[in-house]
Amino acid sequence: MRMRTIEIAVGAFMLAGILALVFLAFRVSGFAFNQQGKTYHVTARFKDIGGLTLRAKVSMSGVTIGRVTGMRVDTTAGQAIVDMALDYDAGHVSSDAGAKIVTEGLLGGKFISIVPGAEDSYLKEGSVIQDTQGALILEDLIGQFLKSMGK
Amino acid sequence: MLRQLRMLGQRGLTTLGTLGRAGQVLALSIFVPPGRDFGSLLMRQIYSVGVLSLVIIVLSAFSIGAVIGLQFYTQLVRFGAQSSVGVGLAIVVTRELGPVVTALLFAGRAGSSLAAEIGLMKTTEQLSSMEMMGVDPLRRVVQPRLWAGFIAMPILSLVFCVVAIFGGTLVTVDWLGADSGTYWAGMRDTILFERDILRGVWKTLVFGLVVTWIAVFQGYDAEPTAAGISAATTRTVVYGSVAVLVLDFLLTLVMYGDIG
Repeated sequence: MRMRTIEIAVGAFMLAGILALVFLAFRVSGFAFNQQGKTYHVTARFKDIGGLTLRAKVSMSGVTIGRVTGMRVDTTAGQAIVDMALDYDAGHVSSDAGAKIVTEGLLGGKFISIVPGAEDSYLKEGSVIQDTQGALILEDLIGQFLKSMGK
Repeated sequence: MLRQLRMLGQRGLTTLGTLGRAGQVLALSIFVPPGRDFGSLLMRQIYSVGVLSLVIIVLSAFSIGAVIGLQFYTQLVRFGAQSSVGVGLAIVVTRELGPVVTALLFAGRAGSSLAAEIGLMKTTEQLSSMEMMGVDPLRRVVQPRLWAGFIAMPILSLVFCVVAIFGGTLVTVDWLGADSGTYWAGMRDTILFERDILRGVWKTLVFGLVVTWIAVFQGYDAEPTAAGISAATTRTVVYGSVAVLVLDFLLTLVMYGDIG
Protein backbone atom coordinates (compact mmCIF):
# COMPACT_ATOMS: atom_id res chain seq x y z
CA MET A 1 0.00 0.00 0.00
CA ARG A 2 1.26 3.49 -0.78
CA MET A 3 2.53 5.61 2.08
CA ARG A 4 0.21 8.47 1.17
CA THR A 5 -2.93 6.35 1.56
CA ILE A 6 -1.68 5.01 4.88
CA GLU A 7 -0.96 8.51 6.17
CA ILE A 8 -4.41 9.74 5.17
CA ALA A 9 -6.06 6.73 6.80
CA VAL A 10 -4.10 7.21 10.01
CA GLY A 11 -4.93 10.91 10.00
CA ALA A 12 -8.62 10.14 9.65
CA PHE A 13 -8.30 7.55 12.42
CA MET A 14 -6.75 10.10 14.80
CA LEU A 15 -9.41 12.63 13.88
CA ALA A 16 -12.12 10.05 14.63
CA GLY A 17 -10.57 9.55 18.06
CA ILE A 18 -10.56 13.28 18.79
CA LEU A 19 -14.14 13.69 17.56
CA ALA A 20 -15.21 10.76 19.74
CA LEU A 21 -13.62 12.39 22.78
CA VAL A 22 -15.33 15.69 22.00
CA PHE A 23 -18.69 13.94 21.60
CA LEU A 24 -18.26 12.10 24.90
CA ALA A 25 -17.19 15.29 26.64
CA PHE A 26 -19.98 17.58 25.50
CA ARG A 27 -22.88 15.35 24.58
CA VAL A 28 -22.55 12.60 27.17
CA SER A 29 -20.86 14.19 30.16
CA GLY A 30 -22.09 17.78 29.83
CA PHE A 31 -18.54 19.08 30.18
CA ALA A 32 -18.48 22.87 29.80
CA PHE A 33 -15.73 25.46 29.86
CA ASN A 34 -15.61 28.35 32.38
CA GLN A 35 -18.81 27.26 34.03
CA GLN A 36 -17.76 29.26 37.10
CA GLY A 37 -18.22 32.59 35.35
CA LYS A 38 -21.93 32.13 34.84
CA THR A 39 -22.94 30.93 38.29
CA TYR A 40 -23.11 32.25 41.83
CA HIS A 41 -22.86 30.20 44.99
CA VAL A 42 -25.31 29.99 47.85
CA THR A 43 -25.46 27.68 50.84
CA ALA A 44 -28.26 26.18 52.87
CA ARG A 45 -28.36 24.23 56.13
CA PHE A 46 -30.52 21.13 56.31
CA LYS A 47 -31.35 18.84 59.18
CA ASP A 48 -30.95 15.79 56.97
CA ILE A 49 -30.02 15.59 53.30
CA GLY A 50 -30.94 11.92 52.82
CA GLY A 51 -29.38 10.62 49.64
CA LEU A 52 -28.54 13.94 47.99
CA THR A 53 -25.59 13.58 45.63
CA LEU A 54 -23.00 15.92 44.10
CA ARG A 55 -24.22 17.58 40.91
CA ALA A 56 -27.83 16.88 41.87
CA LYS A 57 -30.04 19.50 40.27
CA VAL A 58 -31.42 22.58 42.00
CA SER A 59 -34.74 23.49 40.50
CA MET A 60 -37.54 25.99 40.85
CA SER A 61 -41.03 25.03 39.69
CA GLY A 62 -39.49 22.03 37.96
CA VAL A 63 -36.96 23.99 35.89
CA THR A 64 -33.29 23.32 36.62
CA ILE A 65 -31.54 26.53 37.72
CA GLY A 66 -28.37 25.13 39.28
CA ARG A 67 -26.37 22.25 40.72
CA VAL A 68 -25.25 21.00 44.10
CA THR A 69 -21.51 21.60 44.28
CA GLY A 70 -20.61 20.45 47.77
CA MET A 71 -21.88 18.89 50.98
CA ARG A 72 -20.37 19.23 54.45
CA VAL A 73 -21.55 18.53 57.95
CA ASP A 74 -21.52 20.90 60.90
CA THR A 75 -20.88 18.40 63.66
CA THR A 76 -21.62 20.80 66.53
CA ALA A 77 -25.03 21.82 65.21
CA GLY A 78 -25.73 18.42 63.69
CA GLN A 79 -26.67 19.97 60.39
CA ALA A 80 -25.66 19.38 56.81
CA ILE A 81 -24.39 22.36 54.82
CA VAL A 82 -25.08 22.17 51.11
CA ASP A 83 -23.28 24.39 48.58
CA MET A 84 -25.15 25.18 45.40
CA ALA A 85 -24.16 26.95 42.21
CA LEU A 86 -27.09 28.80 40.62
CA ASP A 87 -27.11 30.04 37.03
CA TYR A 88 -27.16 33.77 36.46
CA ASP A 89 -29.13 33.13 33.28
CA ALA A 90 -32.04 31.71 35.25
CA GLY A 91 -32.82 35.15 36.68
CA HIS A 92 -32.99 36.48 40.24
CA VAL A 93 -34.18 34.51 43.23
CA SER A 94 -35.71 36.33 46.20
CA SER A 95 -33.54 36.40 49.29
CA ASP A 96 -36.29 34.84 51.41
CA ALA A 97 -36.68 31.86 49.08
CA GLY A 98 -36.82 28.47 50.76
CA ALA A 99 -35.11 25.23 49.85
CA LYS A 100 -36.37 21.72 50.33
CA ILE A 101 -35.00 18.32 49.39
CA VAL A 102 -37.44 16.30 47.35
CA THR A 103 -37.38 13.00 45.52
CA GLU A 104 -37.83 12.63 41.81
CA GLY A 105 -40.62 10.09 41.35
CA LEU A 106 -41.00 7.25 43.82
CA LEU A 107 -37.53 5.79 43.52
CA GLY A 108 -35.65 8.57 41.73
CA GLY A 109 -32.72 10.61 42.93
CA LYS A 110 -32.95 13.48 45.42
CA PHE A 111 -32.79 17.08 44.29
CA ILE A 112 -33.28 20.53 45.80
CA SER A 113 -36.41 22.44 45.04
CA ILE A 114 -36.31 26.22 45.58
CA VAL A 115 -39.56 27.69 46.87
CA PRO A 116 -39.98 31.28 45.62
CA GLY A 117 -40.02 34.08 48.17
CA ALA A 118 -41.60 37.54 48.20
CA GLU A 119 -38.72 39.87 49.12
CA ASP A 120 -37.48 42.49 46.68
CA SER A 121 -33.83 41.75 47.46
CA TYR A 122 -32.17 38.82 45.73
CA LEU A 123 -29.85 35.96 46.59
CA LYS A 124 -26.27 36.72 45.61
CA GLU A 125 -22.82 35.13 45.81
CA GLY A 126 -22.37 33.72 49.32
CA SER A 127 -25.99 34.12 50.44
CA VAL A 128 -27.47 31.63 52.85
CA ILE A 129 -30.95 30.24 52.33
CA GLN A 130 -32.69 30.38 55.72
CA ASP A 131 -35.95 28.54 55.24
CA THR A 132 -35.07 24.89 54.62
CA GLN A 133 -36.75 21.55 54.81
CA GLY A 134 -34.67 18.38 54.86
CA ALA A 135 -35.25 15.11 53.10
CA LEU A 136 -38.16 12.95 54.11
CA ILE A 137 -36.73 9.68 55.27
CA LEU A 138 -39.10 6.83 54.49
CA GLU A 139 -37.91 4.74 57.46
CA ASP A 140 -38.61 7.61 59.91
CA LEU A 141 -42.09 8.06 58.48
CA ILE A 142 -42.84 4.37 58.87
CA GLY A 143 -41.43 4.49 62.41
CA GLN A 144 -43.68 7.44 63.34
CA PHE A 145 -46.65 5.72 61.78
CA LEU A 146 -46.07 2.53 63.77
CA LYS A 147 -45.63 4.53 66.99
CA SER A 148 -48.90 6.40 66.48
CA MET A 149 -50.62 3.08 65.72
CA GLY A 150 -49.43 1.74 69.08
CA LYS A 151 -51.02 4.56 71.07
CA MET B 1 10.97 -36.05 46.25
CA LEU B 2 14.21 -34.38 45.29
CA ARG B 3 13.35 -34.72 41.62
CA GLN B 4 10.05 -32.95 42.09
CA LEU B 5 11.77 -30.19 44.02
CA ARG B 6 14.26 -29.84 41.20
CA MET B 7 11.44 -29.65 38.63
CA LEU B 8 9.76 -26.94 40.66
CA GLY B 9 13.03 -25.07 40.72
CA GLN B 10 13.43 -25.40 36.98
CA ARG B 11 9.89 -24.15 36.44
CA GLY B 12 10.53 -21.15 38.65
CA LEU B 13 13.76 -20.29 36.91
CA THR B 14 12.15 -20.56 33.46
CA THR B 15 9.27 -18.32 34.51
CA LEU B 16 11.61 -15.76 36.02
CA GLY B 17 13.76 -15.88 32.89
CA THR B 18 10.73 -15.25 30.67
CA LEU B 19 9.56 -12.37 32.85
CA GLY B 20 13.05 -10.92 32.76
CA ARG B 21 13.26 -11.10 28.96
CA ALA B 22 9.78 -9.59 28.66
CA GLY B 23 10.82 -6.72 30.92
CA GLN B 24 14.00 -6.28 28.89
CA VAL B 25 12.07 -6.07 25.61
CA LEU B 26 9.69 -3.50 27.11
CA ALA B 27 12.40 -1.39 28.73
CA LEU B 28 14.64 -1.43 25.67
CA SER B 29 11.79 -0.55 23.32
CA ILE B 30 10.74 2.37 25.49
CA PHE B 31 14.15 3.76 26.33
CA VAL B 32 16.03 3.12 23.08
CA PRO B 33 16.05 6.45 21.21
CA PRO B 34 13.88 6.09 18.10
CA GLY B 35 15.61 5.86 14.74
CA ARG B 36 15.24 8.30 11.85
CA ASP B 37 12.49 6.35 10.08
CA PHE B 38 10.50 5.84 13.31
CA GLY B 39 7.73 8.12 12.07
CA SER B 40 6.94 6.17 8.92
CA LEU B 41 7.29 2.80 10.69
CA LEU B 42 4.91 3.98 13.41
CA MET B 43 2.46 5.25 10.81
CA ARG B 44 2.39 1.86 9.09
CA GLN B 45 1.82 0.07 12.40
CA ILE B 46 -0.94 2.41 13.55
CA TYR B 47 -2.57 1.70 10.21
CA SER B 48 -2.36 -2.07 10.62
CA VAL B 49 -3.32 -2.34 14.32
CA GLY B 50 -5.63 0.67 14.52
CA VAL B 51 -7.31 1.54 11.25
CA LEU B 52 -7.75 -2.08 10.21
CA SER B 53 -9.33 -2.92 13.62
CA LEU B 54 -11.96 -0.22 13.21
CA VAL B 55 -14.50 -2.40 11.41
CA ILE B 56 -14.65 -5.11 14.07
CA ILE B 57 -14.72 -2.46 16.82
CA VAL B 58 -17.59 -0.53 15.24
CA LEU B 59 -19.66 -3.66 14.54
CA SER B 60 -19.17 -5.04 18.05
CA ALA B 61 -19.79 -1.68 19.69
CA PHE B 62 -23.03 -1.15 17.86
CA SER B 63 -24.36 -4.60 18.76
CA ILE B 64 -23.27 -4.34 22.39
CA GLY B 65 -24.76 -0.86 22.82
CA ALA B 66 -28.00 -1.94 21.18
CA VAL B 67 -28.36 -5.06 23.31
CA ILE B 68 -27.59 -3.22 26.56
CA GLY B 69 -30.13 -0.56 25.66
CA LEU B 70 -32.72 -3.22 24.89
CA GLN B 71 -32.14 -5.17 28.11
CA PHE B 72 -32.02 -2.08 30.32
CA TYR B 73 -35.14 -0.67 28.76
CA THR B 74 -37.25 -3.83 28.99
CA GLN B 75 -36.32 -4.29 32.67
CA LEU B 76 -36.45 -0.66 33.80
CA VAL B 77 -39.76 0.03 32.07
CA ARG B 78 -41.42 -2.32 34.58
CA PHE B 79 -40.53 0.12 37.36
CA GLY B 80 -41.32 3.15 35.28
CA ALA B 81 -37.64 4.07 35.38
CA GLN B 82 -37.01 4.29 31.64
CA SER B 83 -35.33 7.63 32.19
CA SER B 84 -32.38 5.79 33.72
CA VAL B 85 -31.64 3.85 30.55
CA GLY B 86 -29.33 6.50 29.12
CA VAL B 87 -27.43 6.90 32.38
CA GLY B 88 -27.01 3.17 32.85
CA LEU B 89 -25.86 2.66 29.30
CA ALA B 90 -23.39 5.54 29.41
CA ILE B 91 -21.90 4.45 32.75
CA VAL B 92 -21.53 0.82 31.71
CA VAL B 93 -20.02 1.72 28.36
CA THR B 94 -17.63 4.51 29.32
CA ARG B 95 -16.39 2.94 32.54
CA GLU B 96 -16.18 -0.74 31.74
CA LEU B 97 -17.30 -2.16 28.43
CA GLY B 98 -15.62 0.41 26.20
CA PRO B 99 -12.11 -0.14 27.52
CA VAL B 100 -12.45 -3.86 28.31
CA VAL B 101 -14.23 -5.13 25.20
CA THR B 102 -12.00 -3.00 22.97
CA ALA B 103 -8.94 -4.47 24.66
CA LEU B 104 -10.24 -8.03 24.28
CA LEU B 105 -11.03 -7.49 20.61
CA PHE B 106 -7.69 -5.77 20.19
CA ALA B 107 -5.89 -8.76 21.69
CA GLY B 108 -7.70 -11.07 19.31
CA ARG B 109 -7.49 -8.95 16.18
CA ALA B 110 -4.24 -7.00 16.44
CA GLY B 111 -2.33 -8.84 19.18
CA SER B 112 -2.45 -12.22 17.48
CA SER B 113 -1.34 -10.78 14.16
CA LEU B 114 1.55 -8.91 15.83
CA ALA B 115 2.73 -12.07 17.55
CA ALA B 116 2.42 -14.17 14.37
CA GLU B 117 4.20 -11.55 12.28
CA ILE B 118 7.15 -11.16 14.61
CA GLY B 119 7.25 -14.91 15.24
CA LEU B 120 7.45 -15.59 11.52
CA MET B 121 10.17 -12.96 11.12
CA LYS B 122 12.13 -14.83 13.74
CA THR B 123 11.46 -18.25 12.19
CA THR B 124 12.55 -17.09 8.74
CA GLU B 125 15.61 -15.53 10.36
CA GLN B 126 14.74 -12.02 9.30
CA LEU B 127 15.44 -10.79 12.80
CA SER B 128 18.92 -12.29 12.89
CA SER B 129 19.65 -11.00 9.38
CA MET B 130 18.73 -7.51 10.59
CA GLU B 131 21.14 -7.92 13.47
CA MET B 132 23.88 -8.97 11.06
CA MET B 133 23.24 -5.91 8.92
CA GLY B 134 23.63 -3.81 12.02
CA VAL B 135 19.93 -2.97 12.35
CA ASP B 136 18.55 -3.36 15.84
CA PRO B 137 15.38 -5.49 15.49
CA LEU B 138 14.05 -4.06 18.76
CA ARG B 139 14.24 -0.58 17.32
CA ARG B 140 13.11 -1.53 13.83
CA VAL B 141 10.38 -4.10 14.59
CA VAL B 142 9.31 -4.06 18.23
CA GLN B 143 9.45 -0.38 19.17
CA PRO B 144 7.05 1.01 16.50
CA ARG B 145 4.57 -1.82 17.14
CA LEU B 146 4.56 -1.20 20.88
CA TRP B 147 3.95 2.51 20.46
CA ALA B 148 1.33 1.92 17.78
CA GLY B 149 -0.68 -0.30 20.14
CA PHE B 150 -0.34 2.24 22.93
CA ILE B 151 -1.63 5.04 20.67
CA ALA B 152 -4.32 3.13 18.76
CA MET B 153 -5.99 1.49 21.76
CA PRO B 154 -7.48 4.65 23.40
CA ILE B 155 -8.73 5.90 20.03
CA LEU B 156 -10.42 2.57 19.31
CA SER B 157 -11.99 2.60 22.76
CA LEU B 158 -13.33 6.16 22.34
CA VAL B 159 -14.83 5.19 19.00
CA PHE B 160 -16.30 2.11 20.67
CA CYS B 161 -17.98 4.22 23.38
CA VAL B 162 -19.53 6.62 20.89
CA VAL B 163 -20.80 3.88 18.59
CA ALA B 164 -22.18 1.86 21.52
CA ILE B 165 -24.05 4.87 22.89
CA PHE B 166 -25.32 5.55 19.38
CA GLY B 167 -26.51 1.93 19.07
CA GLY B 168 -28.23 2.11 22.45
CA THR B 169 -29.91 5.39 21.54
CA LEU B 170 -31.13 3.97 18.27
CA VAL B 171 -32.79 1.02 20.02
CA THR B 172 -34.24 2.75 23.08
CA VAL B 173 -35.11 6.22 21.80
CA ASP B 174 -35.83 5.70 18.12
CA TRP B 175 -37.23 2.19 18.20
CA LEU B 176 -38.71 1.52 21.65
CA GLY B 177 -39.75 5.12 22.12
CA ALA B 178 -37.95 6.20 25.30
CA ASP B 179 -38.11 9.97 25.83
CA SER B 180 -35.10 11.49 24.14
CA GLY B 181 -35.04 14.53 26.45
CA THR B 182 -34.70 12.62 29.72
CA TYR B 183 -32.38 10.15 28.00
CA TRP B 184 -29.73 12.75 27.12
CA ALA B 185 -30.33 15.00 30.11
CA GLY B 186 -30.02 12.08 32.51
CA MET B 187 -26.76 11.13 30.87
CA ARG B 188 -25.37 14.66 31.06
CA ASP B 189 -26.43 15.07 34.69
CA THR B 190 -24.76 11.90 35.89
CA ILE B 191 -21.71 11.32 33.73
CA LEU B 192 -18.68 13.35 34.74
CA PHE B 193 -15.94 13.98 32.21
CA GLU B 194 -13.10 13.42 34.64
CA ARG B 195 -14.62 10.60 36.68
CA ASP B 196 -16.13 8.49 33.92
CA ILE B 197 -14.60 9.30 30.56
CA LEU B 198 -11.01 10.20 31.43
CA ARG B 199 -10.70 7.23 33.78
CA GLY B 200 -11.86 5.01 30.93
CA VAL B 201 -9.08 6.49 28.81
CA TRP B 202 -6.47 5.80 31.54
CA LYS B 203 -7.64 2.20 31.56
CA THR B 204 -7.23 1.88 27.81
CA LEU B 205 -3.69 3.26 27.98
CA VAL B 206 -2.78 0.53 30.46
CA PHE B 207 -4.55 -2.16 28.43
CA GLY B 208 -3.01 -0.97 25.17
CA LEU B 209 0.49 -1.13 26.60
CA VAL B 210 0.01 -4.51 28.29
CA VAL B 211 -1.72 -6.25 25.38
CA THR B 212 0.81 -5.01 22.81
CA TRP B 213 3.67 -5.81 25.14
CA ILE B 214 2.44 -9.39 25.56
CA ALA B 215 1.93 -9.70 21.78
CA VAL B 216 5.33 -8.42 20.69
CA PHE B 217 7.13 -10.32 23.41
CA GLN B 218 5.39 -13.60 22.59
CA GLY B 219 6.35 -13.13 18.94
CA TYR B 220 9.90 -12.09 19.78
CA ASP B 221 10.36 -14.96 22.22
CA ALA B 222 8.57 -17.60 20.10
CA GLU B 223 10.21 -20.90 19.38
CA PRO B 224 11.29 -20.58 15.70
CA THR B 225 9.05 -23.35 14.39
CA ALA B 226 5.53 -23.52 12.96
CA ALA B 227 4.27 -24.96 16.25
CA GLY B 228 6.14 -22.22 18.11
CA ILE B 229 4.33 -19.47 16.20
CA SER B 230 0.98 -21.10 16.77
CA ALA B 231 1.73 -21.39 20.51
CA ALA B 232 2.84 -17.76 20.58
CA THR B 233 -0.40 -16.45 19.00
CA THR B 234 -2.49 -18.60 21.31
CA ARG B 235 -0.58 -17.39 24.36
CA THR B 236 -0.92 -13.80 23.19
CA VAL B 237 -4.71 -14.00 23.08
CA VAL B 238 -5.05 -16.02 26.30
CA TYR B 239 -2.55 -14.04 28.40
CA GLY B 240 -3.70 -10.77 26.87
CA SER B 241 -7.38 -11.37 27.64
CA VAL B 242 -6.75 -12.61 31.17
CA ALA B 243 -4.38 -9.73 31.86
CA VAL B 244 -7.00 -7.24 30.65
CA LEU B 245 -9.74 -8.68 32.85
CA VAL B 246 -7.57 -8.91 35.97
CA LEU B 247 -6.09 -5.44 35.43
CA ASP B 248 -9.58 -4.05 34.85
CA PHE B 249 -10.71 -5.35 38.21
CA LEU B 250 -7.66 -3.91 39.96
CA LEU B 251 -7.94 -0.55 38.19
CA THR B 252 -11.66 -0.33 38.93
CA LEU B 253 -10.95 -1.11 42.56
CA VAL B 254 -8.41 1.70 42.74
CA MET B 255 -10.45 4.19 40.70
CA TYR B 256 -13.98 3.58 41.95
CA GLY B 257 -13.42 1.61 45.15
CA ASP B 258 -14.10 4.59 47.41
CA ILE B 259 -17.06 6.18 45.62
CA GLY B 260 -20.51 4.86 44.94
